[in-house]
Amino acid sequence: MEKFTTLHSTAVPLPIEEVDTDQIIPARFLKATTREGFGDNLFRDWRYENDGRPKADFVLNNPLYSGKILVAGRNFGCGSSREHAAWALYDYGFRAVVSSFFADIFRANALNNGLLPVQVSQELLHGIFTAIEADPQAALTIDLEAQRIHIAASGLSEGFEIDTYKKHCLLNGLDDIDFLLSIQDQIEAYEQSRRQQLTAAQ
Amino acid sequence: MGKTLFDKIWARHLVTEVGGDTQVLYIDRHFIHEVTSPQAFAGLRQRGIPVFRPAQTIATADHNVPTRNQHLPIQEELSRFQVDTLTENCADFGINLYGLGHKHQGIVHVIGPELGITQPGMTIVCGDSHTSTHGAFGCIAFGIGTSQVEQTLATQCVLQRKPKQMRINVDGELQPGVTAKDVILHIISRLTASGGTGYFVEYAGSAIRGLSMEARMTICNMSIEMGARGGLIAPDETTFDYIRGRKFAPQGEAFAEAVEQWSALYTDEKAVFDQEYHFRAEEIEPMVTFGTNPGMGIGIGQRIPETPAGNATYQKALDYMGLQAGQSMAGQKVHHVFIGSCTNSRMEDLRMVAELVKGKQKAPHVKVMIVPGSKQVEAQAKAEGLDQIFEAAGFEFREPGCSACLGMNEDKVPAGEYCVSTSNRNFEGRQGPGARTILASPAMAAVTALEGRLVDVREFLNQN
Ligand code: SF4
Repeated sequence: MEKFTTLHSTAVPLPIEEVDTDQIIPARFLKATTREGFGDNLFRDWRYENDGRPKADFVLNNPLYSGKILVAGRNFGCGSSREHAAWALYDYGFRAVVSSFFADIFRANALNNGLLPVQVSQELLHGIFTAIEADPQAALTIDLEAQRIHIAASGLSEGFEIDTYKKHCLLNGLDDIDFLLSIQDQIEAYEQSRRQQLTAAQ
Repeated sequence: MGKTLFDKIWARHLVTEVGGDTQVLYIDRHFIHEVTSPQAFAGLRQRGIPVFRPAQTIATADHNVPTRNQHLPIQEELSRFQVDTLTENCADFGINLYGLGHKHQGIVHVIGPELGITQPGMTIVCGDSHTSTHGAFGCIAFGIGTSQVEQTLATQCVLQRKPKQMRINVDGELQPGVTAKDVILHIISRLTASGGTGYFVEYAGSAIRGLSMEARMTICNMSIEMGARGGLIAPDETTFDYIRGRKFAPQGEAFAEAVEQWSALYTDEKAVFDQEYHFRAEEIEPMVTFGTNPGMGIGIGQRIPETPAGNATYQKALDYMGLQAGQSMAGQKVHHVFIGSCTNSRMEDLRMVAELVKGKQKAPHVKVMIVPGSKQVEAQAKAEGLDQIFEAAGFEFREPGCSACLGMNEDKVPAGEYCVSTSNRNFEGRQGPGARTILASPAMAAVTALEGRLVDVREFLNQN
């Protein structure tokens, strides 16, 4: 996994609530057996007509907006557990998603792929949308070490929360499997003690 | 302070703490399917490691499979490749696979309980959000992403934060024609699609206790639709009776011992929940959804609520559905009826539908598809002659799989057309690009198929 320290970038606004993972990557694109290439179909049905022509009114097709940060309405990533949603966002080039609320599984999947979910207050989210609308070049800075997000243009700033273990993983580019494999002895000891409990109960 | 059922199971599976709120949780049973597992196996190969406890993982092919001619090779190339990849991975890593053609194949959340693999007190994961279904047996069961599938394959553990806990009590008696599906759609309509995020839910109360295991599965299945990671119900006699004699259930004396242990799985009286809700069963109507998330539901007798001021998302949903605030859903013409999915594709669902449609005919303009949850359900339905009732009514009785629940195979609803579906998600395009999904119970779906438009199953019962 790539390290995440500080991200300074313009952002893409998606002021829609309850963006579910079926919108992020529709099921018919889940037939791949690798993790690559999902970015092409990110937001497929909002982004393209059935015949493949881009829909002009969708933000990813608007040349005014670009950047490594997606800013979206509340309850982002609800629905299916498909990690393909996180892969698609990452593959497209996003490194962080800012919203006032994230669905649990999406949050976990994002963190496992180096895509940082930044949960902010409804007010700050609104402030970010306003700032980007006023100036699509307005950049956001996300500082993971300090757990803060800033928008220089409007001077807005807010702290955000992240689990300390997950923060450590992101800052150092470590993944969970490395960690779990390193405690295999403990896992085996646990299995052993469970077995003993079971036998004792019989 | 007392402990909740959830606390008790969690504590028994805690291997160690990691720092922060993250804990290492041991997983008793792991289900996998063709769509969310290939990248996990690829990860194991890359690391050069085996599956740690292959006997604790069970595989099936369900999401991507055709529901016709399952004895023939899958025609769609990518689907075939994905299913073949699963077969290869299971062979290489020593995992038991109930693949296409096997008499135990079916939707992963249908076969686990049906085979007695799902048992009280277990921790269960699967790369699928509706893993919450298994919570009906008094398990901690939740969906995970592919990275966590890989973790589970590699170490039989996942890293997890302990969630907050919520109890939802439903007391009283359900009206005739009102089912478990209506109960959960009602709850989600009140709590919203994100009302349960961050929580694990325990369902309790006399109305829940009165439900069969299959109905309890329907309830727990949709916990994720309010954002909750999972839902569970304390095991009782109904649970034990269901498990007794199933293929992988403890047998004979071992079963009696297991029941004794399972009987200790309940929430202590003094336990405190972070959040608690109460509902009256009598107040629940047959439900339908009108929007594009499962929280946008109303009783069939109600009208679509006005758009909350400035809520563009709500209006966008109504526009997508081609519906208007203030409008009643009763009378809405529909073109498709889909009866299936891990929410409602078990024997009770099929029997409920058969009872309502026996000797009747579907409306001419409606296409009706019934997709059983598993090979065993299919066989049982045929043994009871239900397939003949369905075919006489003009319904198509298909072979098992996820089918039009997510439209990954060829079973899709065309753009702009309405489908009354017994599945769990009415997201935009869920049943095919542009498809308009109305979620409802199997009973509501059955009468809709006959009438060709949405009707109140209670009125239908009064007249027939
Ligand atoms: S039936 Fe639908 S919800 Fe259930 S596992 Fe299959 S795709 Fe998921």
